[in-house]
Amino acid sequence: MLFKLSIRNMKKSFKDYAIYFLTLVLGVAIFYMFNSLDSQQAMLEVSQSTRSMIQLMIQLIGMISVFIAIVLGFLIVYANNFLINRRKREFGIYMTLGMGRRQISTIILFETILVGILSLVVGIFIGVFASQFMSILVAKLFEADMSEFTFVFSKDACIKTCIYFAVMYLAVIIFNTLTISRYKLINLLTAVRKNEKVRMKNPILSILVFIASSVLLGYAYYLVTGGVYELQTGDELLKPILMGIVGTIGIFWSLSGFILRIIQTRKNIYLKGTNMFVLRQLNNKINTNIASMSIICLMLFMTISALSSSLSIQSALDSQLEEFTPVDVNLYKSAYLPENYVNSYTKQTVYYTEEQREDSRKPVSYTLETNGYDMNTLKDIVEIPIYAIPEWTLKYSLGDYYETAKIQFSMLTYDTPESVIKISDYNKIASLYGIEQYSLNEDEYIVLCDFEQMVDIRNEALKENSNIQINGKTYHSKYNECKDGFVFMSTSEMNAGIILVPDNFEFKDEWTEQYLLVANYNAETEEGKQEIENTLIGSGDTELFENLQEKGITLDGTSKISLEEASKGLSTIIIFIAIYLGIVFLIASSAILALKQLTESSDNKQRYTILRKIGCDEKMINKALFRQIFIFFMMPLALAIIHSIFGIKFILSMLAALATPEELLPSIIVTAIIIGAIYGVYFLATYLGSRNIIKEEE
Amino acid sequence: MSNVLEVRNIEKYYGNKSNLTKAIDGISFNVGEGEFVGIMGASGSGKTTLLNCISTIDRVTAGKIIINNQDITKLKGNNLNKFRREELGFIFQDFNLLDTLTAYENIALALTIQKVNPHEIDKKVKEVAEKLDISGILNKYPYQISGGQKQRVASARAIITNPKMVLADEPTGALDSKSARQLLETFEHLNKKLRATILMVTHDAFTASYAERIIFIKDGKIFNELIKGEDTRKQFFEKIIEVQTLLGGDLNDVI
Repeated sequence: MLFKLSIRNMKKSFKDYAIYFLTLVLGVAIFYMFNSLDSQQAMLEVSQSTRSMIQLMIQLIGMISVFIAIVLGFLIVYANNFLINRRKREFGIYMTLGMGRRQISTIILFETILVGILSLVVGIFIGVFASQFMSILVAKLFEADMSEFTFVFSKDACIKTCIYFAVMYLAVIIFNTLTISRYKLINLLTAVRKNEKVRMKNPILSILVFIASSVLLGYAYYLVTGGVYELQTGDELLKPILMGIVGTIGIFWSLSGFILRIIQTRKNIYLKGTNMFVLRQLNNKINTNIASMSIICLMLFMTISALSSSLSIQSALDSQLEEFTPVDVNLYKSAYLPENYVNSYTKQTVYYTEEQREDSRKPVSYTLETNGYDMNTLKDIVEIPIYAIPEWTLKYSLGDYYETAKIQFSMLTYDTPESVIKISDYNKIASLYGIEQYSLNEDEYIVLCDFEQMVDIRNEALKENSNIQINGKTYHSKYNECKDGFVFMSTSEMNAGIILVPDNFEFKDEWTEQYLLVANYNAETEEGKQEIENTLIGSGDTELFENLQEKGITLDGTSKISLEEASKGLSTIIIFIAIYLGIVFLIASSAILALKQLTESSDNKQRYTILRKIGCDEKMINKALFRQIFIFFMMPLALAIIHSIFGIKFILSMLAALATPEELLPSIIVTAIIIGAIYGVYFLATYLGSRNIIKEEE
Repeated sequence: MSNVLEVRNIEKYYGNKSNLTKAIDGISFNVGEGEFVGIMGASGSGKTTLLNCISTIDRVTAGKIIINNQDITKLKGNNLNKFRREELGFIFQDFNLLDTLTAYENIALALTIQKVNPHEIDKKVKEVAEKLDISGILNKYPYQISGGQKQRVASARAIITNPKMVLADEPTGALDSKSARQLLETFEHLNKKLRATILMVTHDAFTASYAERIIFIKDGKIFNELIKGEDTRKQFFEKIIEVQTLLGGDLNDVI
């Protein structure tokens, strides 16, 4: 009997359930999609080294899922609470008919379970299909082979989703039982829609707060874009964030009063149709929801920035990668090892064997040849020594500026000797890399550096005084600033400083710090290159590796292939986590907005009845309602979009990636589609739900 | 004197064939221009149904209602709404003022939804506020003013559109006796000075005594009609009480 009642209730109040159901289904679908990533087809096709990145990503997503589950759990309890409140009267009638609290709880229990099962089924169904689309995205990011399409269903993800949501539903059931047990019959029966007290703000204060908040936001925007170079530490970043939050709250506190004030003075707009009513409604609504509007705005801001910047990171990273990996491989090893040295952390003395020391006095190619490596696999070989002169430290380079730098950047190690390279050696590498070559007079040197913060420090020093005394001779910098250039491959601008000196500079042999070998693989195809890479860098089973391990010789290497995979893996992890969090935040904000509006609509039903009584037709009323909900939904979104413009700029400048507007455009379009779709569905459901509510007879 | 309202033999049935309720069972009467007519009856007599039919909120089963030479029973959809907006003014028992709007805005709303030129609205609102003596409270919100003031704001809203007829449904129902008297004097003023045609539904004899003519309804039929004529209000009031006694204690029930 009670079960029958539950089913009837659900059928009857289907439209009330719409938002609740929508939220559950979307939550389930997203949860399934991201937790089924590992079993997706594209994942099975990717290379071994990418696979390890994916493992890391899946672990991360697993951890984030717990956080997501908590967010969704709160959201579901909140949405459910709205439904229960709408039905107070109904429960009151059950109680007058002699039904006990326990029986009412049972009815709700049935309903929760029914909705739960239904939403799980529909959600997983949608999730399974959507994950096939996501597979295509994965394939594109990892360049996996997707020529043969197979339909994948992940049992593990399905079970995980069911368990997580079952726990959430359990929380809802407990919450409902508690709520019901607190109800008093009299309150249930007299639970009429109240009109909240009209809160008016001092208009002049509103205008002042609005202006102050705008200035605050403007300054925060400036700090993260124009003034971004002044932000050196995480602490300083806190300032614009706090200003942003305070500014956002201030805007919502004052905005409606401010707009109302302005429009009131324009009689031809204010006194037109239902404008007056719509504005007053909005004013009231925003004034009572300042906190939630601000939170929603900030959540949307995070969603937009995360989605659009993460999607453009990929293309930005790719173009940088191309620039900083001009050859296939860098191999390097420490030169002129001493007999022993004391490890500064463990305080233990490390001894080197004669064999190790002997090898360390020879270039990299010697090590390769003597350990059975086939040099024919490499071409375009360039070998250079890199020197470290004990007295030419970073501190010495900085000269007088050291005192200032030490205070500002206390983290840097100023006693490390600089890396020094002969100009002709550098030009050989630069020629192979296809980057700018330099020339020097006898008493000159050049500092090469492209790591942004170091460039700033070094430029300050070079501006002041660049004279260096070495070997009884004085050298000065050819330029009063750093020049671009690098010798070690990387994923982005990472060169913290290399000093080029004339060829006749007198080096002692023991100043040689490293031997570097730069080369391309002697192969035409991707497969051929990969094969060479495996014999050179592949661990464990190669002849070279075994010989080196036996002798205790360390040979380090960076290859284009490994850098590409690392970069791809990094950007993919960022993209997936951003999309995951972004979409959940989006669902949460839309659902809260929708529920706020629906609560409002049922509380304000009386007002629409009055409009109807004084002669407004349904069309006018619906139009008024539509406008009101539209503006209510657009306000946090609009401010969030403005925030995001600066947020995205900031993220891109932090990543030092020079993404052009053209590169950003596709990701912004994708973001807009995702937000438009989810936000739009909630908006529509809210409008239809509200229209239904205000149509009800009192 | 031309008729603003002609009700011709209207009927309103509820239910189905097996269980038919005749809420209105053949009522006919006229209201002339500038008249102040009261409709009285016990609860369940059909007076609210009658008012709903006249105000186009409800539809009659049979008969005609002609307002200002237009048969409103033939109007449909948007025309009906337009008619209600433009030709009728309403005053309700519970004021029905929007609590988010000031008194001024509540009055102006009646004009804005008629798409009146915004520049004329201000002048009209101030004019009508002057007449109803509410100029001082125009910028107040409904929760800041008394019940009597609220009902006068509602009256201003009802007459600002220059309706052919003002329909008042228990206008004094939520007022204390002093406010009720003030409001009724306002009605008298509207009727006498501004020539407003008022049709007022009430069950209160004192309220009804302010009307010029009273139609009594019982069981969906017209039971009696009283005309004030040259009587003082006190005499008229006593006559109303007499009819009410007759109405209340049905002789047939006793015998």
